[in-house]
Amino acid sequence: MNEPAPSIDLVVCDACPVLCRIRPGKTGACDRYGNVEGRLTRMDPMVLMAAGPDAAPLVPFLVAPEVTGQEWNGNPVAHHVPVTLASADRTAVGDAPVFVTGIGSGTTYPDYKPAPFIVSSRHDGVDMVTVVTEGIFSYCGIKVKIDTDRYVGPEQAAVRCNGEAVGHVTTAEYGSQMLALGGVHHLTGGSKKEGQVTCQTMLALANKQAVELTVDGGATLTLQAGKPPVVDGKLEERMRVGCGSATIGMFAKQWQGHVDEVIVVDDHITGVLTEHQAGRFLGMEPSGIRVRGRRSTPGRYFQVAEPGTGWGGTDVTDPLTIIDSIDPKTARPGMRLLMVSTTGEDAAWFVLDGDLKPVETAMPEAITHVVERIGENCEPALTSILFVGGAGGSLRAGVTENPVRLTRSVKDRLTRVTCGGAPVYVWPGGGITVMVDVLRMPDNAFGHVPTPALVAPIEFTLRVEDYRALGGHMDWVRPLAEVAEVGSRLRVAAAQPENPWPLTPAGHAATP
Amino acid sequence: MTGPHFAILADGRRHFQHGPIDLVIEAFGPVTAVAAAYAAAERRFQAVLNELVAELWLLRRPLADERLWLDGPVARRMIAACWPYRDRFITPMAAVAGAVADEILAAMRAAGALDRIYVNNGGDIALHLAPGQRFDIGVAASPDPRSNAALAGRVSVLAGDGIGGIATSGRGGRSFSLGIADAVTVLAGDAASADAAATMIGNAVDIDHPAVRRAPASSIKDDTDLGGRLVTTGLGTLPEPAIAEALGRGEARAQALLDAGLIAGAVLLLRGRHRVVGRIALPLAA
Repeated sequence: MNEPAPSIDLVVCDACPVLCRIRPGKTGACDRYGNVEGRLTRMDPMVLMAAGPDAAPLVPFLVAPEVTGQEWNGNPVAHHVPVTLASADRTAVGDAPVFVTGIGSGTTYPDYKPAPFIVSSRHDGVDMVTVVTEGIFSYCGIKVKIDTDRYVGPEQAAVRCNGEAVGHVTTAEYGSQMLALGGVHHLTGGSKKEGQVTCQTMLALANKQAVELTVDGGATLTLQAGKPPVVDGKLEERMRVGCGSATIGMFAKQWQGHVDEVIVVDDHITGVLTEHQAGRFLGMEPSGIRVRGRRSTPGRYFQVAEPGTGWGGTDVTDPLTIIDSIDPKTARPGMRLLMVSTTGEDAAWFVLDGDLKPVETAMPEAITHVVERIGENCEPALTSILFVGGAGGSLRAGVTENPVRLTRSVKDRLTRVTCGGAPVYVWPGGGITVMVDVLRMPDNAFGHVPTPALVAPIEFTLRVEDYRALGGHMDWVRPLAEVAEVGSRLRVAAAQPENPWPLTPAGHAATP
Repeated sequence: MTGPHFAILADGRRHFQHGPIDLVIEAFGPVTAVAAAYAAAERRFQAVLNELVAELWLLRRPLADERLWLDGPVARRMIAACWPYRDRFITPMAAVAGAVADEILAAMRAAGALDRIYVNNGGDIALHLAPGQRFDIGVAASPDPRSNAALAGRVSVLAGDGIGGIATSGRGGRSFSLGIADAVTVLAGDAASADAAATMIGNAVDIDHPAVRRAPASSIKDDTDLGGRLVTTGLGTLPEPAIAEALGRGEARAQALLDAGLIAGAVLLLRGRHRVVGRIALPLAA
């Protein structure tokens, strides 16, 4: 409608996906951000009215940035101190704060004696204790998120490494396929070889190495944490920008005037521009080109083809195969048809000939531009590896004489759990079941034992008085300087700046 | 770009915020069901803003006789709520706040059986009441959350009333109004319907008078769905007959919506005067 003319003073707010364009002196849709003299500026704190059952009075949610000196991000802990993780001698780390991780600390199993390192240190003037150990996890697994719409295999199908079942395909999520690997049944419930291969597969993935897996009735996958997945030999570069219908909605205006029809091929919903609400709004005439599949609502079709590794996660390699019919009463020679996938990776340009047959021809520059823009708007496809392990067993005895108190302390968020200094998600319910993104941990943080089981670093950090209260091994607490002097066995790893500093009190563990 | 924020307020209520969306949520019932409902709300909230943004340019257009088919569940709620008003100027954005509240409420209800839930999206509230339950709700004297104006009154919503949403519109709110009402609070079957109706009744509370200051919406905020339409920017002193005339126009509109079954009731406030439409027993202070 009234598009404001671009101006050098116009600020595009990137605080949220609405991407408001804000002129000087104005605020965006949220009234939280405004354009103050050409600069995007956080405005006054928001105040909300909550008309609850008690007709609650006005509640201010946010403390003004001017007071705290920082943006409120839901996390009361602000500073991320970019310093070394593993402790070492002072010359190596200078005066930077130090945190001892469990990596290489060793352990015994079952934990009949205190953990290898129980370290005292001070953080913000508070005496803290970190119990450092390596856990032996027989109950552990890896959740893999693969950013692709390509068909990796049926749900519940076995996932194999070197022919041994190491996990299965689980539910697909938006734009991603998920695998569940490892777990106690593959590790210890199957054959000896199955257990060993499962252990090695998890170890490699957790240590950020590449692994090749095959899915029964599905694809061959090469997976590595933080890298694009390879599906059947094809490197997946992008996640789809949206379903076919969403793609139509997003780019309809940019196609207008250059095309007579656009079909966005997608395994979930295939979009047809002139039939779609977006095309009709733009006053586009029906093209008479019908696609296969089941029509959901105008311009949106389910099941135009089988799932596969072709266009848009379908098995389509020749896009014309999804065209059901071309109505001679509506279509006319010379009509221009774009067929494109939801990532823009596959695209073809057709012009109807005198017999209304689509003939592939060179794509005009204006169209190539929009196809490229679809690709530009896709996020890079990645493989994410999350390690899940249960630390609710005897490992706790290495921390306290009264193990259940450690569990309670973690649940009460008095004790902060980290893995190699990385933040973890502690699952609700019983036990201390943690999940951690291996990319946030130092390299080669995991080991294994022949049981077979994975060995993972784990640290419990809490205030010294809380440690005493839960029955901690107080006699074993050693000052940080003493541990740091162990000397050459120590490795210094740089802390990842995006990780919260592990010594900040538990309960503040939310990541930004 | 920041993602959604999730916070637990000191009294246990949830506060969700993403871009312009601010929700305060509270659920009552068995502890496990409450936890499941909050988790479901959080899951659903993750994608709500992104879904809306994908179709925002369509949602900012005036509704016409042709039905929009959009992908986003919230977008569909917006269109359904605004559809009855398409003979006048309305864009689906008139129901965005209520539709988001309804969507989150639906996700929470699907997570388990709860006694009561409210999802408050900046004054547009989606409600759930199990049989026998009730909510007592304050009616705002102004939709401006910064005003410390006393509540104009209270209204009780009982299970079985057929009321699942309450919304307030008027001058000083987050959205522009074409009318001059201080506040119009509407009770309806869901929050999106209440939101759309409050906007339309608020627009109807109007009169041409030198005390009413107006400006094109686009001169105040970029990207507004109202374009160059004149919105109310200020209100000087109105004589009593003008107040009565403006309130009367809004009341007539509200009565028509009540008769059409679109709302369950409405409270209209202007300069200390009020009108009540529908079977609301409302002990108003004003």
